[in-house]
Amino acid sequence: MKELFRRSRKSFSSAEITEQAQIPDDLWVKCSACREIIYKKQLYDNLKVCPKCGHHMRMSAHEWLGLLDVGSFSETDVHLLPTDPLGFVTPDESYAIKLKKSQQRTGMADAVVAGVGSINGVVLALGVGDFSFMGASMGSVYGEKMARAAERAAEMGIPLLTINTSGGARQQEGVIALMQMAKVTMALNRLAAAGQPHIAVLVDPCYGGVTASYPLVADIIIAEPGANIGFAGKRLIEQIIRQKLPAGFQTAEFMLEHGMIDMVVPRNELRDVLARLLRHYDRRRQSERLAASQAAYANGRP
Amino acid sequence: MEQHDLATVNQEHLTAWDRVLRARQPQRPHTLDYVFALCEEFVELHGDRRFGDDPAVVGGLAAFGERTVVVIGHQKGSDTRENMRRNFGMPHPEGYRKALRLMRHAEKFGLPLICFVDTPGANPNKESEERGQANAIAECIQAMTNLRTPIVAAVIGEGGSGGALAISVGDRILMQENAIYSVASPEAAASILWRDAARAPDAASALKLTAQDLYALEIIDEVVPEPPGGAHLNPQEAITTLGERIRAHLDEVCAVDLPTLLERRYAKYRSMGRYQELADVLLRSVRRG
Repeated sequence: MKELFRRSRKSFSSAEITEQAQIPDDLWVKCSACREIIYKKQLYDNLKVCPKCGHHMRMSAHEWLGLLDVGSFSETDVHLLPTDPLGFVTPDESYAIKLKKSQQRTGMADAVVAGVGSINGVVLALGVGDFSFMGASMGSVYGEKMARAAERAAEMGIPLLTINTSGGARQQEGVIALMQMAKVTMALNRLAAAGQPHIAVLVDPCYGGVTASYPLVADIIIAEPGANIGFAGKRLIEQIIRQKLPAGFQTAEFMLEHGMIDMVVPRNELRDVLARLLRHYDRRRQSERLAASQAAYANGRP
Repeated sequence: MEQHDLATVNQEHLTAWDRVLRARQPQRPHTLDYVFALCEEFVELHGDRRFGDDPAVVGGLAAFGERTVVVIGHQKGSDTRENMRRNFGMPHPEGYRKALRLMRHAEKFGLPLICFVDTPGANPNKESEERGQANAIAECIQAMTNLRTPIVAAVIGEGGSGGALAISVGDRILMQENAIYSVASPEAAASILWRDAARAPDAASALKLTAQDLYALEIIDEVVPEPPGGAHLNPQEAITTLGERIRAHLDEVCAVDLPTLLERRYAKYRSMGRYQELADVLLRSVRRG
């Protein structure tokens, strides 16, 4: 039992994190939750979790790759680029320009990084959202990368891990964006048919069309402490009911309490929990393979 | 007043916002109007077997032509009193869980499924979040992606976001001429994009939410004509026309064997999305450059 709650400090590689951080720019940061001043290196050593109050700060998609075995990740579908299918132009906004700006600012083509990597040696397909790219809103590229990740996992016979953060469907792609909810869910049928699990991790914030599609029908749903997760935004609900929502509404803990997710896992324990889960499915596969080879052997005999 | 104004607008020159107003016309026929007019022996089924019965979603067994089918639809009211009872066609999670139950029922008994879509969106309130609105919608979408029975869906008014998608993943998606289908209501989109709900007409035109736009974008399979001026001016004709088109599509999808139907449904949704795919070689040269 003790082993179950074991914490391992070295469970999460921070190499990816520090590489991106450019610490010399600014040595100190203020925690957005407790307003305490934190030494930036200490924050990054602590996986961007505030050492004072435990607030989990947002991670970029590349920072999340630190969850994998060092050097195990290979990115796929890097050549998928967003387009402007509706010709979305209004007097003060053009999708094409907004895309270009976001790409220049983040160095990403769109809001998802996908690929294959391993956790404790168990190979899995991965799809990670990045909130800094237009609020990780789900458009065609987001949907296509997640759908391909699911299909790739099915083909390779490996589990799928998705790390989800999003403001919802990308308005600028209209109903095409909405249809990505169905598309990714559709692709996950292949994974189910292949007998492989989809593990979804929900991180702050996760809303709208993303929450209301593939992550909430995952086989295992994990959320980070304090992450805001919901369907309709708090601002909208407060406008409608004309009163303040209680503290803790639409948090990971709220979701757990209402039976919507399996567990709330702090960031420094996430890799261990994932490794343990993956081992279970992997062990099951090994015993299946063993049974199959025994059956083949038995059938081969006269 | 508005009816008269809209009726005189030339069909060719309707703006997206004109369509939005027509789609929301309270006198448009709603789901039960279609069911009672097009089907016989309708037996409404109630409840999600989990929490309650949501009046914003209706469904049951019905005879449609020579077939028994399962129908599911959002239900708006035609007056304020009924709209209060129906919550303006905005379902709570129990509405989607009722729909889910009826989808499974259709699958179990090999009955085709007909869905009528007419909602401003899933209800955004505290109770809906507590009872898992996102989960309820996600489960409906998931069920429809591989439901082992033919599905024809028709948008008869407002197709509002995830709350509409939850009962409109299928083999054929039809839209009436003045129906809309949108990633978010124009007001919500304007509020998301510009923090100003009053700019809904701008959002409506930018979002490409009309039946004509969505047919051009290959999201829907057919635009079903309405009587001159809109369905609310001649509900009977609107109902008959849509009924004929649903029948034609149902005949086609029912003639396809199930494995092929499911493969086609997979391909239909899998191909949705517009992106550019650069060859790796080209990308490398771009990086070098």
